Amino acid sequence: MLLIKGGRVIDPASRRDEVGHLVLVDGKVKEFLAGEAPGDFQGRVIPAEGMWVTPGLIDMHVHLREPGYEWKEDIRSGTLAAAAGGITSLACMANTRPVNDHPEVTRYIIDRARREGTVNVFPVAAVTRGLEGKEMTDFSELAEAGAVAFSDDGKPVASALLMRRALEYARPFGYLIMTHSEDPELAEGGSANEGWTALKLGIPGIPAAAEDVAIAREILLARQTGGRVHIQHVSTKMGVDLLRMAKRAGLAVTGETAPQYFTLTDAALEGYNTNAKMNPPLRGEEDRMAIHEGILDGTIDAVASDHAPHEEYVKRCEFVAAANGIIGLQTALPLTLALVAGGRVSPSRVVDLLSAGPARLLSLKGKGTLAAGADADVTVIDPEREWVFREEDVRSKSRNSPFLGWTLRGRAAATICGGHVRHSDLPGVGVDG
Amino acid sequence: MKIPPVKTILDGKGVERVLSRLTHEILEKNKGASEIVLVGIASGGIPLSRVIRKKILAIEGVEVPAGFVDITLYRDDLAKAGYQTRLKRTEIPFSIDEKKVILVDDVLYTGRTIRAAMDALMDFGRPRNIQLAVLIDRGHRELPIRADYVGRNVPTSRFETVEVRVEGNPEEWSVFLAETPAGKGE
Amino acid sequence: MEWRRRHVLGLSDFRPEEIEFVIDTARSMEEVLTRDIKKVPALRGKTVVNLFFEASTRTRTSFEMAGKRLSADVVNFSSSTSSITKGETLLDTARNIEAMKPNILVIRHPASGAPHFLSRHLSCSIVNAGDGANEHPSQGLLDLYTILKAKGKVAGLKIAIVGDILHSRVVRSDLHSLGRMGAKLWLCGPATLVPREMARTGATLTSDIREAVRDADVIIMLRIQLERQKTSYFPSLREYSRMYGLNRPLFSLAKDDAVIMHPGPINRGVELSDELADCHQSLVLDQVASGVAVRMALLYLLAGGSHAAH
Repeated sequence: MLLIKGGRVIDPASRRDEVGHLVLVDGKVKEFLAGEAPGDFQGRVIPAEGMWVTPGLIDMHVHLREPGYEWKEDIRSGTLAAAAGGITSLACMANTRPVNDHPEVTRYIIDRARREGTVNVFPVAAVTRGLEGKEMTDFSELAEAGAVAFSDDGKPVASALLMRRALEYARPFGYLIMTHSEDPELAEGGSANEGWTALKLGIPGIPAAAEDVAIAREILLARQTGGRVHIQHVSTKMGVDLLRMAKRAGLAVTGETAPQYFTLTDAALEGYNTNAKMNPPLRGEEDRMAIHEGILDGTIDAVASDHAPHEEYVKRCEFVAAANGIIGLQTALPLTLALVAGGRVSPSRVVDLLSAGPARLLSLKGKGTLAAGADADVTVIDPEREWVFREEDVRSKSRNSPFLGWTLRGRAAATICGGHVRHSDLPGVGVDG
Repeated sequence: MKIPPVKTILDGKGVERVLSRLTHEILEKNKGASEIVLVGIASGGIPLSRVIRKKILAIEGVEVPAGFVDITLYRDDLAKAGYQTRLKRTEIPFSIDEKKVILVDDVLYTGRTIRAAMDALMDFGRPRNIQLAVLIDRGHRELPIRADYVGRNVPTSRFETVEVRVEGNPEEWSVFLAETPAGKGE
Repeated sequence: MEWRRRHVLGLSDFRPEEIEFVIDTARSMEEVLTRDIKKVPALRGKTVVNLFFEASTRTRTSFEMAGKRLSADVVNFSSSTSSITKGETLLDTARNIEAMKPNILVIRHPASGAPHFLSRHLSCSIVNAGDGANEHPSQGLLDLYTILKAKGKVAGLKIAIVGDILHSRVVRSDLHSLGRMGAKLWLCGPATLVPREMARTGATLTSDIREAVRDADVIIMLRIQLERQKTSYFPSLREYSRMYGLNRPLFSLAKDDAVIMHPGPINRGVELSDELADCHQSLVLDQVASGVAVRMALLYLLAGGSHAAH
């Protein structure tokens, strides 16, 4: 029994944003209480005065690297980092080794997460075998084994025909196909956004068109097939524009972006900073502002970190040879909260982007909401707390982040998963064993 | 950089008279001007060598070949020289083989500059001999180097510096003793 | 001014005084090259290592000559003979060489930013001999020096650079050295090889070689790489040569005393006609001579002075 006392409960799925108390019993939300806190509460009390109480954050784009790349990250360290970032559920991508294109791998991940994980782990299975883009995987068996969606992320599905087939086949079952949208030929050889910065630094460029052409393709194929598609890590202005147009046309197209795309631009590459190297690459200021607009007007449905851990030495090299990706589990929340400080994004919208939206998209029952009967996944957020993101704070095995050394505002004060405290900064509130 | 003079050693006229004497000594020792070439050590030695050349022309009617050498690339203290200073020009547009090279410099001090100048000359050819003419010898030799022709012997301490001003109007040339601002010699 | 740089990674942050200082030093070095004994002891006992991860006999030989003329010991590592092919990282290779205590590492690498990366991890001086499509600072300086010798000045001259602008590190360094000294630069090539954003540098872009060459004082032709045609930057070498090769009739559009330059090696008959490559207005061989003098200047400035501040 847990009482989360006196916080501002922000639960857009229940249309709630008011100060009150939340009671958790047996791993579920029992009720919300307004007014005075119950004086005779028998269970544990978590003081949340001055803080936000939200449904547990859900990061729908994480690379846990297990099986196969455990030196970069594994389920244990990745979920610890997630809990420290206020995240109670995450969806992990299939580009492991072996690729999660077989139910055995899906079951392995779920099993490992059950034993070693600190928060809920939902595997995303591959669209094609071996991520090779040639043959579809066995969607139904993978779904039965526990896959919540399908994506070849890391790689695009290069063949338009195959993408058509996948969308069409998945449609009657309601399986969600998520895409890393990229035309591999247009992007070939590039390491940074094609633009003035890459030109100045002499780095081969990836044109925005490489992403936009693929996003347009996904949308038109969704239209053709009536299928449902979710665009991952949108980074370009045209990408946002296309998404907006698709929604206006009533198509079942959704999209997510990552905090780096509304926080940084390719200016972060100065000095050949490999911690700013990722795919899709950081784009220009115009793109960054367009992502802001997309978040404001609801075009963008979710914020997901695309947490991509890498060991130091594959980043400690010349820029074009460096691996793509940055970690993001612990910085997603504060960077998204920074949108509120700008004055145009409401706290409710932030919770929608980080919790309710992902739960909806992935059809995670009982998650993303604090309605009675929902799973007791709760994040207590201190929205004002200023802190410096230092190397010592990193819970991931990898440190590849351009935000190290940044002063951030907002932090998860406590992360509760199924009624258990998995992370706590609150004095007197310890982590459950 | 303006250094307040402590003591003037030579004024414009004084420099001129000294150079006249040096010229006569050179011509006497070498029995005339044939086979002589003048090489001024950049930068101070260059205007002095020009004056000597003019005087030789006036006295002997001979135009002696004259050049100048920058010894920066031959210094033995490049690593200690502080940050990079500008290279000066070297121009020796004639052969020095079998010639009597009169090296001309303004101040002879530790002798290292002269050592470097001799190394440079050796890379240009094989002179018959090298002779050294200096306006001022201030002592404190660190190498076994001596001048053949000396304008003035000026005993100094290491905390003093001999300033030679030989740019512009020769009437305004001067040599004076001053305190070293930072204890740097040479 | 005082030379304070420990590395020469690129010309992008060189102030005009620094560029002038190097050119002035190069002039003194060129005098050494006219002597019978073309050697001075300035870098005696110092070691220069040429670490070349890209084939280049010409630039490497130039740096080697420059080092030897200054009495330095010069050692060459080239990628075909080194451990790169065995999968060793760039940093490990460089650190291994650094352990042998060279004073200067001259590095050419196909990745932009490789010298900058190494300068953050090594303690010896680093000279960039060409990194990817980023910069080739000694080329930018020797091009400037060559033009100064031929024309007496660079400010106000119309300088046309023709060829694969997109992939050329020579162009970028030339933009810094020539542009900063007041030249009016024109960049010309097929639209696929002249990124529109280059206009932000202040240069004029054109796909019409006649426009570029008309009334030009200096024409710098760039080598076109055969691989570019294979990835469809232009239809064929024949087409390229027709549209962007320099021949006598085109050259007559330039000023009467115009000069031709090329960083080498020349594809005769492709970017430069056979006749023009050898004509008396071609400064290609002057560039080579200037190159040794400029490289001597750079090596001298990096190794010949005190670095007590480090």
